[in-house]
Amino acid sequence: MLVRALRDAGFEVIYTGLFQTPEMIASAALQEDVQVIGLSILSGAHMELFPRIMEALRERRLDDVLVVAGGTIPKADIPRIKALGVAEVFGPGTRLATIVDFIQANAPRPSPLW
Amino acid sequence: MSADDVLLRLQGPDRRALPRLASLVENEDPSGLEALDALFPLTGRAHVIGVTGPPGAGKSTLVAALLGCIRAAGRRVAVIAVDPSSPISGGAVLGDRIRMMDRYADDEVFVRSMASRGRQGGIAWSTASLVHVLDAVGYPVILIETVGTGQDGTDISSLADTVVVVEAPGLGDGVQAIKSGLLEVGDIVVVNKADQPGAEDAQRILRASFELGHPSQGRSVPVLPTVSITGSGISELLAAIDEHDAWLSESGQRSVRRERAARAEVLSGLRAALDRRLESGTARSAELAALIAMVARRELSPRRAVDALIGALDSSASDGPIGD
Repeated sequence: MLVRALRDAGFEVIYTGLFQTPEMIASAALQEDVQVIGLSILSGAHMELFPRIMEALRERRLDDVLVVAGGTIPKADIPRIKALGVAEVFGPGTRLATIVDFIQANAPRPSPLW
Repeated sequence: MSADDVLLRLQGPDRRALPRLASLVENEDPSGLEALDALFPLTGRAHVIGVTGPPGAGKSTLVAALLGCIRAAGRRVAVIAVDPSSPISGGAVLGDRIRMMDRYADDEVFVRSMASRGRQGGIAWSTASLVHVLDAVGYPVILIETVGTGQDGTDISSLADTVVVVEAPGLGDGVQAIKSGLLEVGDIVVVNKADQPGAEDAQRILRASFELGHPSQGRSVPVLPTVSITGSGISELLAAIDEHDAWLSESGQRSVRRERAARAEVLSGLRAALDRRLESGTARSAELAALIAMVARRELSPRRAVDALIGALDSSASDGPIGD
C-alpha cells in the first residue's frame, strides 16, 4: 500500500521484497543511489536488525540517505532506534499521507556533484 | 575531464562513485554527461545482452538464473532492469531487483533499476548512456531487461549485441508472438516455464516460424526451453548466448550492428533534443498553440500545421546550431 502511495506521489520506488538481510538492503541502496530507505520490520527483531542495517549503510558511506521505519515497534524502543540514525518511526495505523508527507519534506536533494 | 580522471574515481575506494554517475547520466545532469563523453572512447568492449518479452514470461527470474550461471563462470556482470513509469504521477514501482538479490559482493554483480519516465523514442537513449558507463568501467557482460509489448520493445535491438526473446506458454498463441514483432528482433528465443502445459506446442510453433531462418540475417534462431526457478536449461541458454557472440565476430555482423546502434542512438538523441527545443522555445510555442487551435477549429489540417512548423524550424536551423 505504501509503495503504491509513494508511486502515486511521483516517487520511483524500488521494491526489494521481504526477508532481506542488512547487507542486501545496503547493497541495493548503494547500487540504486537512493535518497530514502523505508524499512518495515514485523518480526520483532528490530533491536537486533536496525544496528546491523545502519552499520552496513555506514560501511558504504551512505550517511546522507534518509532512513525511515515502520512495523510492529513498541513505543519504548523508538528513542533508541532514532539514536541509531533512523529519522522517523511510524507505528501501526499511521496514515499513508503522513508517511508520504514526511518523506517529501525530508528526503535529501540528489547532489549534483560527482 | 579526461577518461583517466573519471576511471580513477570509478575504480577508486568510493563505492558510491559508479551509482552516483549512473544517476547523473540518467538525469542528464551536465557533470554526468561530461564524464560520459570522456569515457565513451573506452566503450565497445562489453557483450550487451537484451532480455525482452511480454509481462509474465518470467524475464526477471530468467535474468536472476543467468546471473548465477555467469557468476559461477567467474565473470562480473551488470544488469539494467527497466520498468514503466506511471503516466499520471510520473512515479514508478521497480520490482525486478527483488528476484535478482542474492549475496553477491557490491562490485561482482551491479543491478540498476530504471523507470522508463515516458521518454521520447522509448528507453533507448538513457539506457544506452548507462550501458556506456558500465562498459567503460569494465563490466564484460551487461544484461538489459525490458518489457517488450510490441513496437516499444523492439528498440532494445538497437542497443544489444544479442537479443533474447522470452515467451512462456499460456501468454497467447504463437500468432500473438509473431504479431508482436518481438520475434523479429530475437537472436535467441526462450520458452520459459517449459514444465507447464502448452510449452511443447509453444516451442513447436516458434520453431516452425523460424524455419525460413532469421528474417534479417539468414541465421537459424535457436528456440530453447528453460525453467528459471529450477535452473533447467540456463547453462544451455548461456552457451547459446556465447555462441551468438562468437558468430557476431566471425560473420562480420558485430560491426554491422555497432553501426546500426550508433545510428539509432544518434537519431534518438537528436529527436529528443528537437522535442525539447520545440517545447521550450517560447516564440515557437505561441506559434504552436495558434496552429493547434486552428487544427481544433478545423481551419487547418494537421498535416499542413506540421508542414508550417517544419518550415519554421528549417529557417531557424540556418541561424544557429541544432540543440538546446
